[in-house]
Amino acid sequence: MEHYTMHLTLKVWRQKNADSKGRFETYEVKDISSEMSFLEMFDVLNERLIREGKEPIAFDHDCREGICGTCSMYINGRPHGPWHATTTCQLHMRAFRNGDTIVVEPWRAKAFPVIKDLIVNRNAFDRIIQAGGYISVNTGNAVDGNAIPIKKENADKAFAAAACIGCGACVAACKNSSALLFVSAKVAHLALLPQGEPERKTRVVSMIEQMDKEGFGSCTFTQACEAVCPKEISITNISRLKKEYLRAGLESDR
Amino acid sequence: MAVTGLILILFLIIHVTVNACIWAVVFIPGDNGEVFNKASHWLGQTLVPRILEIGLFAFFIIHIVQGYVLEVQNRKRRGVGYAVSMGSRGSAWYRKSMGLLGTLILLFLVVHIADFWIPSRFGGLTDVSYEDTPGKTYHNLYGRMMEVLRIPWIVVLYIIGCISLAWHLIHGFQSSFRTLGVANKRYLTLLNGTGWVFSIVVALLFAMMPVSVFLGWIR
Repeated sequence: MEHYTMHLTLKVWRQKNADSKGRFETYEVKDISSEMSFLEMFDVLNERLIREGKEPIAFDHDCREGICGTCSMYINGRPHGPWHATTTCQLHMRAFRNGDTIVVEPWRAKAFPVIKDLIVNRNAFDRIIQAGGYISVNTGNAVDGNAIPIKKENADKAFAAAACIGCGACVAACKNSSALLFVSAKVAHLALLPQGEPERKTRVVSMIEQMDKEGFGSCTFTQACEAVCPKEISITNISRLKKEYLRAGLESDR
Repeated sequence: MAVTGLILILFLIIHVTVNACIWAVVFIPGDNGEVFNKASHWLGQTLVPRILEIGLFAFFIIHIVQGYVLEVQNRKRRGVGYAVSMGSRGSAWYRKSMGLLGTLILLFLVVHIADFWIPSRFGGLTDVSYEDTPGKTYHNLYGRMMEVLRIPWIVVLYIIGCISLAWHLIHGFQSSFRTLGVANKRYLTLLNGTGWVFSIVVALLFAMMPVSVFLGWIR
Protein backbone atom coordinates (compact mmCIF):
# COMPACT_ATOMS: atom_id res chain seq x y z
CA MET A 1 0.00 0.00 0.00
CA GLU A 2 1.20 3.43 -0.86
CA HIS A 3 2.62 5.50 1.94
CA TYR A 4 1.14 8.96 2.50
CA THR A 5 1.12 11.68 5.12
CA MET A 6 -1.92 13.45 6.43
CA HIS A 7 -3.17 16.36 8.46
CA LEU A 8 -5.91 15.50 10.91
CA THR A 9 -8.27 17.15 13.36
CA LEU A 10 -8.58 15.31 16.66
CA LYS A 11 -11.38 15.83 19.14
CA VAL A 12 -10.20 14.21 22.34
CA TRP A 13 -11.97 13.83 25.68
CA ARG A 14 -9.97 15.62 28.38
CA GLN A 15 -10.82 15.10 32.03
CA LYS A 16 -8.50 16.08 34.87
CA ASN A 17 -9.55 13.37 37.30
CA ALA A 18 -12.44 11.15 38.32
CA ASP A 19 -14.28 13.96 40.07
CA SER A 20 -13.91 16.75 37.54
CA LYS A 21 -16.16 17.37 34.58
CA GLY A 22 -14.56 16.57 31.26
CA ARG A 23 -14.86 18.20 27.86
CA PHE A 24 -13.65 17.73 24.31
CA GLU A 25 -10.46 19.51 23.18
CA THR A 26 -9.64 19.94 19.52
CA TYR A 27 -6.10 19.39 18.23
CA GLU A 28 -4.66 19.75 14.75
CA VAL A 29 -1.96 17.17 14.02
CA LYS A 30 0.23 17.49 10.96
CA ASP A 31 2.48 15.20 8.90
CA ILE A 32 1.11 11.97 10.27
CA SER A 33 2.45 8.95 8.40
CA SER A 34 -0.01 6.36 7.14
CA GLU A 35 2.35 3.71 8.56
CA MET A 36 2.07 4.97 12.14
CA SER A 37 -0.08 3.17 14.64
CA PHE A 38 -2.94 5.11 16.19
CA LEU A 39 -1.06 5.29 19.51
CA GLU A 40 2.12 6.52 17.79
CA MET A 41 0.04 9.36 16.39
CA PHE A 42 -0.95 10.13 20.00
CA ASP A 43 2.73 9.95 21.03
CA VAL A 44 3.55 12.56 18.38
CA LEU A 45 0.78 14.80 19.67
CA ASN A 46 1.79 14.28 23.31
CA GLU A 47 5.45 15.14 22.61
CA ARG A 48 4.28 18.38 21.05
CA LEU A 49 2.01 19.12 24.05
CA ILE A 50 4.92 18.49 26.43
CA ARG A 51 7.19 20.81 24.39
CA GLU A 52 4.48 23.46 24.56
CA GLY A 53 4.33 23.02 28.34
CA LYS A 54 0.83 21.56 28.25
CA GLU A 55 -0.54 18.48 29.96
CA PRO A 56 -0.18 15.43 27.65
CA ILE A 57 -3.23 13.28 26.95
CA ALA A 58 -3.40 10.31 29.32
CA PHE A 59 -4.25 7.00 27.64
CA ASP A 60 -3.80 3.34 28.55
CA HIS A 61 -1.28 1.26 26.61
CA ASP A 62 1.18 -1.50 27.34
CA CYS A 63 2.25 -4.23 24.92
CA ARG A 64 1.26 -2.37 21.74
CA GLU A 65 1.00 -5.67 19.93
CA GLY A 66 -2.67 -6.43 20.50
CA ILE A 67 -2.39 -9.01 23.24
CA CYS A 68 -2.52 -7.26 26.62
CA GLY A 69 -5.95 -5.63 26.46
CA THR A 70 -4.79 -2.35 27.97
CA CYS A 71 -5.54 0.12 25.20
CA SER A 72 -9.08 1.36 25.25
CA MET A 73 -10.16 4.17 22.95
CA TYR A 74 -13.61 4.71 21.51
CA ILE A 75 -12.72 6.07 18.09
CA ASN A 76 -15.32 7.68 15.81
CA GLY A 77 -18.16 5.88 17.55
CA ARG A 78 -16.58 2.44 17.73
CA PRO A 79 -14.43 0.77 20.41
CA HIS A 80 -10.89 0.27 19.06
CA GLY A 81 -11.76 2.19 15.88
CA PRO A 82 -12.99 1.22 12.43
CA TRP A 83 -11.04 -1.98 11.76
CA HIS A 84 -12.52 -5.39 12.47
CA ALA A 85 -10.86 -7.61 15.11
CA THR A 86 -8.22 -5.00 15.93
CA THR A 87 -7.11 -3.35 19.15
CA THR A 88 -6.45 0.40 19.21
CA CYS A 89 -2.69 -0.19 19.28
CA GLN A 90 -2.90 -2.31 16.13
CA LEU A 91 -5.06 0.24 14.34
CA HIS A 92 -2.92 2.04 11.81
CA MET A 93 -3.27 5.52 10.44
CA ARG A 94 -3.88 4.17 6.94
CA ALA A 95 -7.41 3.57 8.21
CA PHE A 96 -7.85 7.34 7.85
CA ARG A 97 -7.57 9.91 5.05
CA ASN A 98 -5.96 13.31 4.90
CA GLY A 99 -8.25 15.94 6.44
CA ASP A 100 -10.30 13.50 8.55
CA THR A 101 -11.73 14.52 11.89
CA ILE A 102 -11.32 11.80 14.52
CA VAL A 103 -13.34 11.84 17.75
CA VAL A 104 -11.70 9.91 20.59
CA GLU A 105 -13.64 9.11 23.79
CA PRO A 106 -12.98 6.87 26.77
CA TRP A 107 -15.05 3.69 27.39
CA ARG A 108 -18.37 4.87 28.78
CA ALA A 109 -19.95 2.84 31.58
CA LYS A 110 -20.68 3.63 35.19
CA ALA A 111 -18.77 0.47 36.11
CA PHE A 112 -15.72 1.89 34.26
CA PRO A 113 -15.31 5.38 35.77
CA VAL A 114 -12.87 7.72 34.03
CA ILE A 115 -9.60 8.13 35.96
CA LYS A 116 -8.09 10.71 33.63
CA ASP A 117 -8.66 11.73 30.01
CA LEU A 118 -9.00 8.46 28.07
CA ILE A 119 -8.10 6.13 30.95
CA VAL A 120 -10.91 4.28 32.70
CA ASN A 121 -10.79 2.15 35.82
CA ARG A 122 -11.37 -1.48 34.82
CA ASN A 123 -10.81 -3.00 38.26
CA ALA A 124 -14.38 -4.28 38.08
CA PHE A 125 -13.12 -6.93 35.63
CA ASP A 126 -10.39 -7.98 38.05
CA ARG A 127 -12.92 -8.40 40.86
CA ILE A 128 -15.13 -10.54 38.57
CA ILE A 129 -12.12 -12.76 37.84
CA GLN A 130 -11.30 -12.96 41.57
CA ALA A 131 -14.90 -14.06 42.21
CA GLY A 132 -14.51 -17.23 40.17
CA GLY A 133 -12.16 -17.06 37.21
CA TYR A 134 -9.66 -19.51 38.65
CA ILE A 135 -9.10 -23.28 39.03
CA SER A 136 -7.89 -25.47 41.88
CA VAL A 137 -4.56 -27.20 41.23
CA ASN A 138 -2.45 -29.46 43.37
CA THR A 139 0.85 -27.98 44.44
CA GLY A 140 4.10 -29.79 43.69
CA ASN A 141 5.69 -30.58 40.39
CA ALA A 142 3.91 -29.26 37.36
CA VAL A 143 1.84 -31.98 35.72
CA ASP A 144 2.57 -32.74 32.07
CA GLY A 145 0.22 -30.65 29.94
CA ASN A 146 -0.95 -33.65 27.95
CA ALA A 147 -1.62 -35.89 30.97
CA ILE A 148 -5.36 -35.11 30.91
CA PRO A 149 -7.12 -36.09 27.70
CA ILE A 150 -9.25 -33.26 26.29
CA LYS A 151 -11.54 -33.53 23.29
CA LYS A 152 -10.08 -31.58 20.37
CA GLU A 153 -13.32 -29.61 19.75
CA ASN A 154 -13.46 -28.56 23.39
CA ALA A 155 -9.81 -27.59 23.44
CA ASP A 156 -10.40 -25.41 20.37
CA LYS A 157 -13.52 -23.78 21.79
CA ALA A 158 -11.84 -23.19 25.15
CA PHE A 159 -8.83 -21.69 23.39
CA ALA A 160 -11.04 -19.36 21.35
CA ALA A 161 -12.76 -18.19 24.55
CA ALA A 162 -9.46 -17.84 26.37
CA ALA A 163 -8.34 -15.39 23.69
CA CYS A 164 -10.34 -12.71 25.55
CA ILE A 165 -7.89 -10.01 26.66
CA GLY A 166 -10.36 -8.29 28.99
CA CYS A 167 -10.12 -4.92 27.27
CA GLY A 168 -13.75 -4.02 27.95
CA ALA A 169 -14.71 -3.12 24.37
CA CYS A 170 -17.80 -5.33 24.80
CA VAL A 171 -19.01 -3.14 27.66
CA ALA A 172 -18.16 0.03 25.74
CA ALA A 173 -20.14 -1.11 22.70
CA CYS A 174 -23.16 -2.58 24.46
CA LYS A 175 -26.19 -0.32 24.73
CA ASN A 176 -26.82 -1.85 28.16
CA SER A 177 -23.15 -1.61 29.23
CA SER A 178 -23.28 -5.34 29.83
CA ALA A 179 -20.10 -7.27 30.57
CA LEU A 180 -21.57 -10.63 29.71
CA LEU A 181 -19.32 -11.33 26.70
CA PHE A 182 -16.26 -10.94 28.94
CA VAL A 183 -17.75 -13.02 31.77
CA SER A 184 -19.01 -15.68 29.35
CA ALA A 185 -15.59 -16.00 27.72
CA LYS A 186 -14.03 -16.72 31.12
CA VAL A 187 -16.81 -19.09 32.21
CA ALA A 188 -16.89 -20.95 28.89
CA HIS A 189 -13.12 -21.25 28.74
CA LEU A 190 -12.98 -23.03 32.11
CA ALA A 191 -16.27 -24.93 31.77
CA LEU A 192 -15.05 -26.58 28.58
CA LEU A 193 -11.90 -27.96 30.21
CA PRO A 194 -11.59 -30.75 32.81
CA GLN A 195 -9.39 -28.47 34.93
CA GLY A 196 -12.38 -26.20 35.44
CA GLU A 197 -14.63 -28.96 36.75
CA PRO A 198 -14.16 -28.60 40.56
CA GLU A 199 -15.53 -25.02 40.64
CA ARG A 200 -17.91 -25.45 37.74
CA LYS A 201 -21.13 -25.00 39.73
CA THR A 202 -19.99 -22.11 41.88
CA ARG A 203 -17.87 -20.20 39.36
CA VAL A 204 -20.65 -19.05 37.07
CA VAL A 205 -22.91 -17.99 39.95
CA SER A 206 -20.17 -16.09 41.81
CA MET A 207 -18.93 -14.32 38.69
CA ILE A 208 -22.44 -13.22 37.68
CA GLU A 209 -23.17 -12.04 41.24
CA GLN A 210 -20.00 -9.95 41.17
CA MET A 211 -20.82 -8.64 37.70
CA ASP A 212 -24.22 -7.43 38.94
CA LYS A 213 -22.62 -5.89 42.03
CA GLU A 214 -20.23 -3.91 39.82
CA GLY A 215 -23.17 -2.26 38.10
CA PHE A 216 -22.95 -3.71 34.58
CA GLY A 217 -26.21 -3.94 32.64
CA SER A 218 -27.95 -7.09 31.49
CA CYS A 219 -27.49 -8.80 28.16
CA THR A 220 -30.25 -8.52 25.57
CA PHE A 221 -28.27 -10.20 22.77
CA THR A 222 -27.91 -7.11 20.60
CA GLN A 223 -24.64 -8.67 19.37
CA ALA A 224 -22.74 -5.36 19.32
CA CYS A 225 -20.10 -6.86 21.65
CA GLU A 226 -19.23 -9.64 19.21
CA ALA A 227 -18.95 -7.15 16.34
CA VAL A 228 -16.36 -4.98 18.12
CA CYS A 229 -14.40 -7.64 20.02
CA PRO A 230 -10.75 -7.41 18.92
CA LYS A 231 -10.36 -11.11 19.67
CA GLU A 232 -13.58 -12.15 17.90
CA ILE A 233 -15.08 -13.77 21.00
CA SER A 234 -18.36 -15.33 19.90
CA ILE A 235 -21.68 -14.64 21.63
CA THR A 236 -22.17 -18.40 21.56
CA ASN A 237 -20.13 -18.21 24.76
CA ILE A 238 -23.00 -16.24 26.30
CA SER A 239 -25.36 -19.12 25.47
CA ARG A 240 -22.83 -21.44 27.07
CA LEU A 241 -22.75 -19.25 30.18
CA LYS A 242 -26.57 -19.28 30.34
CA LYS A 243 -26.51 -23.06 30.13
CA GLU A 244 -23.90 -23.25 32.89
CA TYR A 245 -25.95 -20.85 35.01
CA LEU A 246 -29.18 -22.84 34.60
CA ARG A 247 -27.33 -26.06 35.33
CA ALA A 248 -25.65 -24.57 38.39
CA GLY A 249 -29.04 -23.44 39.66
CA LEU A 250 -30.58 -26.89 39.17
CA GLU A 251 -27.68 -28.79 40.71
CA SER A 252 -26.61 -26.26 43.33
CA ASP A 253 -25.53 -27.60 46.71
CA ARG A 254 -26.23 -24.24 48.31
CA MET B 1 -38.03 -12.40 29.37
CA ALA B 2 -37.14 -15.54 27.44
CA VAL B 3 -39.56 -17.88 29.19
CA THR B 4 -42.50 -15.47 29.16
CA GLY B 5 -41.64 -14.50 25.58
CA LEU B 6 -41.71 -18.12 24.40
CA ILE B 7 -45.04 -18.72 26.15
CA LEU B 8 -46.46 -15.64 24.45
CA ILE B 9 -45.13 -17.01 21.14
CA LEU B 10 -47.14 -20.20 21.78
CA PHE B 11 -50.20 -18.03 22.38
CA LEU B 12 -49.57 -16.20 19.09
CA ILE B 13 -49.67 -19.53 17.24
CA ILE B 14 -53.10 -20.32 18.70
CA HIS B 15 -54.37 -16.79 18.13
CA VAL B 16 -53.21 -16.64 14.53
CA THR B 17 -54.74 -20.05 13.84
CA VAL B 18 -58.14 -18.92 15.12
CA ASN B 19 -57.80 -15.69 13.14
CA ALA B 20 -57.09 -17.68 10.00
CA CYS B 21 -60.63 -19.06 10.28
CA ILE B 22 -61.91 -15.81 8.75
CA TRP B 23 -60.65 -17.12 5.43
CA ALA B 24 -63.43 -19.69 5.61
CA VAL B 25 -65.64 -16.82 4.43
CA VAL B 26 -63.69 -16.79 1.19
CA PHE B 27 -62.96 -20.48 0.74
CA ILE B 28 -66.09 -22.21 2.09
CA PRO B 29 -69.20 -21.33 0.05
CA GLY B 30 -72.04 -19.98 2.16
CA ASP B 31 -69.93 -19.25 5.25
CA ASN B 32 -70.54 -15.84 6.67
CA GLY B 33 -68.34 -15.93 9.72
CA GLU B 34 -69.69 -19.17 11.23
CA VAL B 35 -66.32 -20.97 11.29
CA PHE B 36 -64.63 -17.91 12.77
CA ASN B 37 -67.30 -17.39 15.43
CA LYS B 38 -67.17 -21.03 16.48
CA ALA B 39 -63.38 -21.03 16.66
CA SER B 40 -63.49 -17.81 18.67
CA HIS B 41 -66.10 -19.40 20.93
CA TRP B 42 -63.75 -22.27 21.66
CA LEU B 43 -60.92 -19.89 22.45
CA GLY B 44 -62.96 -17.34 24.40
CA GLN B 45 -65.79 -19.21 26.09
CA THR B 46 -64.77 -22.79 26.83
CA LEU B 47 -63.28 -23.93 30.11
CA VAL B 48 -59.66 -24.87 29.37
CA PRO B 49 -58.74 -21.76 27.35
CA ARG B 50 -60.41 -19.62 30.03
CA ILE B 51 -58.25 -21.12 32.75
CA LEU B 52 -55.16 -20.74 30.57
CA GLU B 53 -56.21 -17.15 29.93
CA ILE B 54 -55.47 -16.22 33.55
CA GLY B 55 -51.91 -17.47 33.11
CA LEU B 56 -51.69 -15.71 29.77
CA PHE B 57 -52.52 -12.35 31.33
CA ALA B 58 -49.97 -13.02 34.07
CA PHE B 59 -47.28 -13.80 31.48
CA PHE B 60 -48.18 -10.70 29.49
CA ILE B 61 -47.87 -8.54 32.60
CA ILE B 62 -44.60 -10.14 33.73
CA HIS B 63 -43.14 -9.79 30.22
CA ILE B 64 -44.16 -6.12 29.97
CA VAL B 65 -43.15 -5.10 33.51
CA GLN B 66 -39.84 -6.97 33.40
CA GLY B 67 -39.12 -5.52 29.96
CA TYR B 68 -39.60 -1.96 31.16
CA VAL B 69 -37.67 -2.53 34.40
CA LEU B 70 -34.72 -3.94 32.41
CA GLU B 71 -34.88 -1.12 29.89
CA VAL B 72 -34.81 1.55 32.62
CA GLN B 73 -32.04 -0.20 34.59
CA ASN B 74 -29.90 -0.77 31.51
CA ARG B 75 -30.22 2.81 30.34
CA LYS B 76 -28.81 3.97 33.67
CA ARG B 77 -25.65 1.85 33.31
CA ARG B 78 -23.90 4.15 30.85
CA GLY B 79 -23.71 7.39 32.83
CA VAL B 80 -22.10 9.87 30.44
CA GLY B 81 -23.16 9.13 26.87
CA TYR B 82 -21.00 9.01 23.74
CA ALA B 83 -20.57 12.02 21.47
CA VAL B 84 -20.48 9.74 18.43
CA SER B 85 -22.97 6.89 18.57
CA MET B 86 -22.19 3.45 17.22
CA GLY B 87 -25.49 3.47 15.32
CA SER B 88 -26.25 0.18 13.68
CA ARG B 89 -22.61 -0.81 13.17
CA GLY B 90 -22.48 -4.29 14.67
CA SER B 91 -26.00 -4.42 15.98
CA ALA B 92 -29.13 -4.21 13.86
CA TRP B 93 -31.59 -1.45 14.85
CA TYR B 94 -34.37 -3.83 15.84
CA ARG B 95 -32.13 -5.71 18.29
CA LYS B 96 -31.56 -2.45 20.13
CA SER B 97 -35.17 -1.27 19.88
CA MET B 98 -37.03 -4.04 21.68
CA GLY B 99 -38.36 -1.51 24.22
CA LEU B 100 -39.73 0.78 21.51
CA LEU B 101 -41.15 -2.11 19.47
CA GLY B 102 -42.68 -3.57 22.63
CA THR B 103 -44.29 -0.22 23.46
CA LEU B 104 -45.85 0.00 19.99
CA ILE B 105 -47.20 -3.53 20.42
CA LEU B 106 -48.53 -2.56 23.87
CA LEU B 107 -50.38 0.46 22.41
CA PHE B 108 -51.94 -1.81 19.84
CA LEU B 109 -52.75 -4.36 22.54
CA VAL B 110 -54.66 -1.86 24.69
CA VAL B 111 -56.88 -0.85 21.77
CA HIS B 112 -57.21 -4.45 20.65
CA ILE B 113 -58.32 -5.69 24.08
CA ALA B 114 -60.79 -2.81 24.38
CA ASP B 115 -62.18 -3.62 20.93
CA PHE B 116 -62.56 -7.36 21.22
CA TRP B 117 -61.64 -9.02 24.48
CA ILE B 118 -63.60 -6.73 26.84
CA PRO B 119 -66.87 -6.79 24.85
CA SER B 120 -66.52 -10.53 24.42
CA ARG B 121 -66.03 -11.09 28.13
CA PHE B 122 -68.25 -8.44 29.68
CA GLY B 123 -71.06 -8.12 27.16
CA GLY B 124 -71.61 -5.71 24.35
CA LEU B 125 -71.70 -8.21 21.51
CA THR B 126 -74.72 -9.52 19.66
CA ASP B 127 -75.23 -13.26 19.67
CA VAL B 128 -75.87 -15.57 16.77
CA SER B 129 -76.95 -19.20 16.60
CA TYR B 130 -76.36 -21.80 13.95
CA GLU B 131 -78.60 -24.60 12.67
CA ASP B 132 -76.26 -27.48 13.45
CA THR B 133 -76.03 -26.52 17.12
CA PRO B 134 -79.61 -25.71 18.09
CA GLY B 135 -80.16 -23.77 21.31
CA LYS B 136 -76.50 -22.68 21.50
CA THR B 137 -75.53 -19.08 20.92
CA TYR B 138 -72.20 -17.63 19.88
CA HIS B 139 -70.83 -14.10 20.25
CA ASN B 140 -70.84 -12.50 16.85
CA LEU B 141 -67.16 -11.54 16.93
CA TYR B 142 -67.14 -11.72 13.17
CA GLY B 143 -69.73 -8.93 13.03
CA ARG B 144 -67.76 -6.92 15.56
CA MET B 145 -64.61 -7.35 13.52
CA MET B 146 -66.35 -6.14 10.37
CA GLU B 147 -67.37 -2.98 12.24
CA VAL B 148 -64.09 -2.22 14.01
CA LEU B 149 -61.72 -2.98 11.16
CA ARG B 150 -63.43 -0.48 8.88
CA ILE B 151 -62.23 2.44 11.01
CA PRO B 152 -59.11 3.85 9.29
CA TRP B 153 -57.06 4.83 12.38
CA ILE B 154 -57.64 1.43 13.97
CA VAL B 155 -56.52 -0.31 10.78
CA VAL B 156 -53.38 1.85 10.73
CA LEU B 157 -52.68 1.07 14.40
CA TYR B 158 -53.20 -2.65 13.80
CA ILE B 159 -50.78 -2.63 10.89
CA ILE B 160 -48.18 -0.73 12.95
CA GLY B 161 -48.75 -3.30 15.71
CA CYS B 162 -48.16 -6.18 13.28
CA ILE B 163 -45.01 -4.65 11.79
CA SER B 164 -43.64 -4.02 15.30
CA LEU B 165 -44.52 -7.57 16.27
CA ALA B 166 -42.58 -8.95 13.30
CA TRP B 167 -39.37 -7.10 14.24
CA HIS B 168 -39.88 -7.81 17.95
CA LEU B 169 -40.20 -11.53 17.16
CA ILE B 170 -37.26 -11.67 14.75
CA HIS B 171 -34.99 -10.68 17.61
CA GLY B 172 -36.98 -12.24 20.44
CA PHE B 173 -37.41 -15.69 18.94
CA GLN B 174 -33.73 -16.61 18.62
CA SER B 175 -32.67 -14.50 21.58
CA SER B 176 -35.00 -16.50 23.87
CA PHE B 177 -33.35 -19.74 22.91
CA ARG B 178 -29.91 -18.26 23.44
CA THR B 179 -30.97 -17.17 26.93
CA LEU B 180 -32.12 -20.73 27.62
CA GLY B 181 -28.62 -21.92 26.80
CA VAL B 182 -28.78 -23.18 23.20
CA ALA B 183 -25.13 -23.02 22.18
CA ASN B 184 -25.17 -25.52 19.32
CA LYS B 185 -24.24 -23.65 16.11
CA ARG B 186 -26.48 -25.76 13.90
CA TYR B 187 -29.47 -25.30 16.17
CA LEU B 188 -28.82 -21.57 16.41
CA THR B 189 -28.70 -21.24 12.62
CA LEU B 190 -31.90 -23.26 12.37
CA LEU B 191 -33.60 -21.22 15.11
CA ASN B 192 -32.54 -17.97 13.50
CA GLY B 193 -34.01 -19.03 10.15
CA THR B 194 -37.15 -20.38 11.79
CA GLY B 195 -37.47 -17.13 13.74
CA TRP B 196 -37.39 -15.01 10.58
CA VAL B 197 -39.93 -17.18 8.75
CA PHE B 198 -42.18 -17.50 11.81
CA SER B 199 -42.13 -13.77 12.55
CA ILE B 200 -42.91 -12.72 9.01
CA VAL B 201 -45.61 -15.36 8.45
CA VAL B 202 -47.36 -14.66 11.78
CA ALA B 203 -47.24 -10.87 11.35
CA LEU B 204 -48.47 -11.14 7.75
CA LEU B 205 -51.35 -13.42 8.75
CA PHE B 206 -52.35 -11.00 11.50
CA ALA B 207 -52.00 -7.94 9.27
CA MET B 208 -54.03 -9.53 6.47
CA MET B 209 -57.18 -9.37 8.67
CA PRO B 210 -57.55 -5.60 9.01
CA VAL B 211 -56.26 -5.11 5.47
CA SER B 212 -58.73 -7.59 3.99
CA VAL B 213 -61.70 -6.24 5.91
CA PHE B 214 -60.80 -2.62 5.20
CA LEU B 215 -60.32 -3.21 1.49
CA GLY B 216 -63.48 -5.26 1.31
CA TRP B 217 -61.81 -8.55 0.38
CA ILE B 218 -63.79 -10.15 3.16
CA ARG B 219 -67.44 -9.18 3.41
